[in-house]
Formats: sequence, C-alpha cells, structure tokens
Amino acid sequence: MSGFDISVILHALPFLAKGLGLSLALTAVAMIGGLALGLVIAVIRLSRFRFPAMLAALYVNGFRAVPLILVIFWFYFLVPLLLGRPVGALYSVLIAFVMFEGAYYSEIIRAGLKSVRPGQWQAAQASGMTYLQTIRLVVLPQALRKMAPLMVTQGVVLFQDTSLVYVVSLHDFMTSASIVANTQNRIVELYVFAAFVYFAICTTGSVLAQRLSSGRRHAY
Amino acid sequence: MIRIEGLSKSYGDLPVLRNCSLEVGRGEVVVICGPSGSGKSTFVKCMNGIEPVQAGRITIDGEVLPSKPAAAARIRSRVGMVFQHFELYPHLTVMENICLAQIHVLKRGRGEAEAKARALLRRVGLADKESAYPTQLSGGQQQRIAIVRALAMDPIAMLFDEPTSALDPEMIGEVLAVMLELAREGMTMIVVTHEMGFAKAAAGRIVFMDHGEIVEVAETQHFFAQPSSERARLFLSRILAH
Ligand SMILES: Nc1ncnc2c1ncn2[C@@H]1O[C@H](COP(=O)(O)OP(=O)(O)OP(=O)(O)O)[C@@H](O)[C@H]1O
Ligand SMILES: [Mg+2]
Repeated sequence: MSGFDISVILHALPFLAKGLGLSLALTAVAMIGGLALGLVIAVIRLSRFRFPAMLAALYVNGFRAVPLILVIFWFYFLVPLLLGRPVGALYSVLIAFVMFEGAYYSEIIRAGLKSVRPGQWQAAQASGMTYLQTIRLVVLPQALRKMAPLMVTQGVVLFQDTSLVYVVSLHDFMTSASIVANTQNRIVELYVFAAFVYFAICTTGSVLAQRLSSGRRHAY
Repeated sequence: MIRIEGLSKSYGDLPVLRNCSLEVGRGEVVVICGPSGSGKSTFVKCMNGIEPVQAGRITIDGEVLPSKPAAAARIRSRVGMVFQHFELYPHLTVMENICLAQIHVLKRGRGEAEAKARALLRRVGLADKESAYPTQLSGGQQQRIAIVRALAMDPIAMLFDEPTSALDPEMIGEVLAVMLELAREGMTMIVVTHEMGFAKAAAGRIVFMDHGEIVEVAETQHFFAQPSSERARLFLSRILAH
C-alpha cells in the first residue's frame, strides 16, 4: 500500500456508482414517502379527533424512540411474516425508511403548521373553510416556506443513514466503498473518495436549504 | 338575525363568558365595549362558532349553530369577520385573498369571484392594489381589503373585532369610513371597538361587557348620556378622558 492510487477508484467506479444509485434512490423514496406519511400524521395529530391523534402521537414517539438500524431489522423479518411471502431486502428496507422518516417529517410539519399564527386559522375558518381546506389553502403554504430548510436538512441526514442497509446485505454507496477498500486493500483511497462524495452531496443539500430559507419572495 | 342565549365559556378553569345573551336584528349596528380581558373577542368568535362553547345556543338567520365546529362551516360562511390584525393571507395577492373562499367555499367561478372582488375594491378605493401582496400595503389598506374579503362572501351580517386598534391614528379614519358606509347601507354589524365616535355615529345600541358578563345593553344616546351601571360609568369616564 504505497502512494495514492486513483486508478483503483476509476476501476471500481461502476460498482461504486451502483451503490451511490441505491443510496440516492433510497433517499428519494424515503423523502417523498416520508413527507406524504408525515403530512397525514401531522394533520391527524393537530385535528380535534382525540383518539386518532393519540394513535398518531404513539406512532411518532414509538419510531423516534428506536434506532433506525433496529427498524430496518424489524421490517426485514416482520414484513415477510405479515405478508406471508418474502419481499426481498430492498422492499423491506424501503418500507422501513418511509415509516421511520414519516415519524420525523411529521414532527417538522407539525411544528411548521403550528408556527402559523392562530389568527390565520381563525380567518380561514371564519370564511367557512373546513379544517382540511384551511390546512391546504392557508396554513400549509405558509408553513412550507418555514419548513423547507429543515426538510432538506433531514434529507441530508437521511442520505447518510442509508449506509445502515448493509445490515440486510444491501450495497449502498458506503458499503460498496468499503467492499472495494477491503478487497483491493486500498483503504485510504476509497475512504477519502467516499468522504469527498458525501461532502459534495451534503454540502449541495445545505446550500439548497439556505437558499430556501433566505430566498423567499415575500418575507413574512 | 343573530340570537345568542345563555352563552358560557371557559378556558380550563378560567370562565371567560358567563351566561351572555344578546339579540341583534336585521340591519342593526351594535357596538360592544368593555375593559381589556372582559371577553369581547371571545364573545364575537363564539358567535360564528370558531370558538367552541360550553353552554348556550346561537341562532343565525333562524338556523341553530351546531356545536360541532365542522358542521357550522356552512353557516359560518354567511357571517363575515374582520380581525384586529387583519389576517390577510400573506402568501396570496390581494385578489387571491378576496377570491379564495368565494371559490373554495361558495364554489363560484374564478371570473365571477374576480368581478365581485374588483367591484368591491373600487368601492373602498383600492382598485389599483389587486396584484399587491399584503406586506406591501399599509395597515389601513390591509384592513379595508380584509373588509372587502369578508363582503365578497355576501354575508348576512359582519363581525368586527377591534378593527382599528392596530392602526396608526392617521389610518383609522379610512377604515371607519368604510364601516360607516356599510352601516348606512343597512348591513347588520356587531362591532367590538373603543372608537366612541363611530359608536355614536353608527350604533343603535351599545353592549357593555366586564368580567365575561354583559353588564348593560342600552340605546346609544342613553348609554353615553347616562349609563345605568357604575362599571360602565367608570369605563366611559376613563375612555373619554383621552
Ligand atoms: N386561547 C386562550 N386560552 C386561555 N385564555 C384565553 C384565551 N383567549 C383569551 N383568553 C382569556 O380570556 C379572557 C378574555 O379574553 P378576550 O380576548 O376575549 O378579551 P377582550 O375583551 O377581547 O380583551 P382585549 O380588549 O384585550 O382584546 C382573558 O382573560 C384572556 O386572558
Ligand atoms: Mg379582544
């Protein structure tokens, strides 16, 4: 192991790209699914319906109490049991991520909805809008601008967390990098490269988050 | 038109309204006044059901307001409401503000809603502001647009909660002028305000509240000449002093 050998990376590039693809795809699905699920949970938690609100709170607190790696394990063993047939590691991981991220996103969305001042809710309700219309037309659009940076930040964390899928033998970017590092015995090259890729992607995310929070059309 | 019978409400252990009853006829203008914290805002919010109540019955145009807030939405859309802090939707333009409930609650077409909005904007002298955002307007302009937004729903009555108390003094007049004109046109109005000039000019009756109770309901002239309760007398002397 002498010198910094870039050719190792170039050689392994297709393999690494495949891992990166999985990480990005997992991030995208978990983000979109998690946002949709999170929105539903947040709306239920803020509603007047006590019992569903309680269940939603239980869901959120439950998922936030356990580490993601445990959730991934659960779903890997649980989902096939529930469905009565194997679904494969990828699908069980996708479901685990969406459910897990949904809990976190629901907290961001709930805080965002609550940050819109009560007078806005009252004005909308006074004009005869229903609860869901009030959220959709008046509260959510205002909350979104406040939430956007936090959502992107959560997405960055999520991207980093995709490395946990190695526990069910999936090859995300990090796992692929360490496989190459170990088989080629080129630890420094691969881990420097991996750090660089993570840094580039996460910085892009952070810049995007900053843009979203400062680049509003009308400050309010 | 609006009948409130035995309304009581508390926040937790704190009673905010105690057994309040009031009847407001068609075309009548009633001013509600009273010290801070006496429950005036809460009272008007209960009138169209955006605040749930513990006891009492509210009848609007012959229909009893359902106790479930969701079921009250349709009736609520027929009563306009204007807030102390305007509460225009900051993410929407003036035009969009005025059309939102027309389109989504009354199911009007966009063309009809916009025509309605333009006619009303012209009446309050803000025809040139339809594509502005609320933050680009002065407080007085925002409040006049909030009134237009409520009027666009063709309400059978209008509720005002201290519509001028968040305004700079030089803007109060322009908002009161719009309200006076409305009163003259025969709109049924319930107005929480400390603008005694407006009360004298527009109100038929004055309601005086204190500690969550309706202490006194009197003809306007009567109220100013000789309030029958000691508390109202005290309140008036303080408010007319400045
Ligand atoms: N959401 C709330 N939760 C708890 N207490 C409240 C709430 N809203 C109002 N109150 C209390 O209810 C009482 C009446 O409040 P309300 O706003 O109706 O008074 P008000 O007469 O409108 O006063 P002001 O002139 O200051 O506007 C006050 O003691 C207030 O602290
Ligand atoms: Mg008040």
